[in-house]
Amino acid sequence: MKRVLGFLGVAGVLSACVTINIYFPAAAAEKAADKIIDEVWQLQNDAKEPAADTQKK
Amino acid sequence: MQKMMMHLLVLVAMMLSASGSYAAADLEVNTPAISAIKNSMQARHAQLAPHYASGAVGLTEDGLIAVRDVNAMPLKDRTGINALVGAENSDRNALYKEIAAGNGHPEWRGEIQSTFAGRWIDKAHVGWFYQGAGGWVKK
Repeated sequence: MKRVLGFLGVAGVLSACVTINIYFPAAAAEKAADKIIDEVWQLQNDAKEPAADTQKK
Repeated sequence: MQKMMMHLLVLVAMMLSASGSYAAADLEVNTPAISAIKNSMQARHAQLAPHYASGAVGLTEDGLIAVRDVNAMPLKDRTGINALVGAENSDRNALYKEIAAGNGHPEWRGEIQSTFAGRWIDKAHVGWFYQGAGGWVKK
């Protein structure tokens, strides 16, 4: 019985660690933000940018 | 005792694999909902850009936009500006929500919003206004 309780205790502590490890991916979020902002504000003037065509007309 | 050690090892392995897979993950931003919002914001940007440049509209510190000075814009634009800013803010709020939901973590919404807030300001053109701790700042 003691052993079972000990196991449950260890399992509890470790599962808490698992929860903490699912952290907010800050670097990935910055990358995603940069990508979306570049597209919305059209900051990268690459060849496939659609706005370039309309401006020329 | 040996059995317990085995359980312990299994748990440690599970913990490591869980942290490993999340550390490497990229955020998914190509869902249909996110693309639709992005296109709508991209189309609206042509209307908003002159107001950012004149200082009529500024970037807020919470990742949205706000009317800063109606006197900086032509009379003809003044009546529609609140609707324009409102539409942009609805899209921005929906964008943050969809990125969080699209990645299976709706609770990340606030952190995604504050990440965007910093990046919008970093990427803003020189001369645009953004909200700092003490009020509006000209970049």
